[in-house]
Amino acid sequence: MQIINLFKIFGPNPNSVLPLIRDGISKTSLLRDHGHVLGLSNISLSVPAQKIQVVMGLSGSGKSTLIRHINRLVEPTFGQVFVDNADILKLSRDQLLSFRRNNVSMVFQNFALLPHRNVEQNVAYGIINQGCSEATAFKRCKEWIDKVGLIGYEKHFPCQLSGGMQQRVGIARALATGAELLLMDEAFSSLDPLTRSDMQNILLKLQSELKKTIIFITHDLNEALKIGDRVAILRDGLLVQEDEPQNIILKPADKYISNFTSEIERGKFIKVSAVMEKSGQGAKLTLSSDMTINEALQEFGSYGQDKANVIDEKGNMIGFVNLKKLINSMIPPEGTGIKRPN
Amino acid sequence: MEIFDNFPTMGRQDLRDFKNVIDSSFREFSRAYGENLENFFEPLLFFLIWFERCLISAPWPLIIVVIAVLAWVGSKSWYIVVGSVVAFLIIGYFGMWENTMATIAIISVATFLCILFGIPIGIWMAKSDRARSAFTPLLDVMQTIPSFVYLIPVVMLLGIGKVPGLLAVCIYAVPPIVRLTDLGIRLVDKEVLEAADAFGASYRQKLWDIQIPLALPNIFAGINQTIMMALAMVVIASMIGVKGLGVPVLRAISNQYLALGVMNGLAIVALAIIFDRILQKYGHRLQRHRQNQVHN
Repeated sequence: MQIINLFKIFGPNPNSVLPLIRDGISKTSLLRDHGHVLGLSNISLSVPAQKIQVVMGLSGSGKSTLIRHINRLVEPTFGQVFVDNADILKLSRDQLLSFRRNNVSMVFQNFALLPHRNVEQNVAYGIINQGCSEATAFKRCKEWIDKVGLIGYEKHFPCQLSGGMQQRVGIARALATGAELLLMDEAFSSLDPLTRSDMQNILLKLQSELKKTIIFITHDLNEALKIGDRVAILRDGLLVQEDEPQNIILKPADKYISNFTSEIERGKFIKVSAVMEKSGQGAKLTLSSDMTINEALQEFGSYGQDKANVIDEKGNMIGFVNLKKLINSMIPPEGTGIKRPN
Repeated sequence: MEIFDNFPTMGRQDLRDFKNVIDSSFREFSRAYGENLENFFEPLLFFLIWFERCLISAPWPLIIVVIAVLAWVGSKSWYIVVGSVVAFLIIGYFGMWENTMATIAIISVATFLCILFGIPIGIWMAKSDRARSAFTPLLDVMQTIPSFVYLIPVVMLLGIGKVPGLLAVCIYAVPPIVRLTDLGIRLVDKEVLEAADAFGASYRQKLWDIQIPLALPNIFAGINQTIMMALAMVVIASMIGVKGLGVPVLRAISNQYLALGVMNGLAIVALAIIFDRILQKYGHRLQRHRQNQVHN
């Protein structure tokens, strides 16, 4: 999935101000002097197949607009969106309907379940839209109701369920269509913290067996780093950085991002492979390279060591790490708003 | 200055000619097409007469049973069933049975016609802003113009009788169902519609699966209002030859018969309340997903 040079401008005549934006006019001056609102500016993003791509940004950064371009709930001002080598923006009305029915599905922030349909009917909604009979659809959706842990609630209406359960219905509905591309628009943002963490784990577990291509929108950096294979950060309609989660922390592209990351518990997200050295002496303890620093520290603690070898997933020795280095990597660099203890 | 004291009018002769032109051209129109229109409405007239006759000639216990069953099916409430039966027994006991049956006949047919035309127009208005801005002033006129004013052209075209009466009732009673259908559909949660779009629902699927079911409470309120307004028109319609409870009321007005007027007036009220309660209960039951909220 690929987004190429995407622009979205809201206003009476978007195309007239497109050249100004290419010349780098600021968002405020565009609104003040020309009466247009900049939604997205020159976004190019290549989403890896079967991975979770997180798009993170604060409200107004354009992340919800961006995700809606992929199934064309929002029409772009300029640009291209490719899914499986097909340019989504060139689809005819019928092709678009078929694309939305079969190839892409969506999970919404406020669940957007059909209030007059029960759980089973909601999960079956996408399948029925594909043209399936109700009986087959109910049979097929049973599996998904099971996967999200809602067996026994088939006949309940959405208003009888808690927020977390409603969003499980939302996820089951999205997965049931069999679409390979899953768009999640702040899917967990309206849930309380415990439920949210629960749902993140459910999503990761489902993803480990399903291997969908997921685009996940969030305003929460912790959530972004936890579930993303890649994280893109949007600010005022511009793509500021796109990288793997630990690099967002280790190599923030600018002050804006480093301000965010200073609040993050680094040990949870930085991997051993990022802090290891290529050379060193052998040690008694062996760690795997995709362990987080927190996990590595636990190992050091329980074995009473201060040095370790690092191996990759195949078991080859690829480097060395010591306790001091691990602890140092947990302290955010200077100038990020957090004071170092003297 | 004189112009400020006397409003500049178009002149008496001109005004008279102006009205004459309108009157005579409409008269010509009704002479040319009146019969065609009457023929056009003939099946409706037959149906109306047939339905009225059925209601009047059927044995009264059968009608009471039918009413009790309908009340039960609609409301599932014993209070309403018993109330309806008692009301009809009292109406019959006071000798108003036939008129009441005639009124029910015309109200049912009028309501049916209003639903048949009103709901599709409401759906159209919800879909297209242009249709909405075209129909809204028309509905305003239909609701506010004194009923006697549109009785004139209707009577000129179709004469006196059941069909013009029925048309008059429909003109008066159709606006609420159109407006509330439009409103109900427009009030459907945008997020739910966005979800439907995201899952590839066509316009038709969105309409039948989501918009109409979620607009049902409002549509039902519209049907309810339509019936109430049709009942309110019964007396006026009786002026142009519609049989029913309006006729004795009209006689009571012209002869100052207090008791006759009040009795028949109360019979109309009883019908209104019975229809209203049954429909309201039915509307509520359709919305069972909104009740028993466990969370939130």
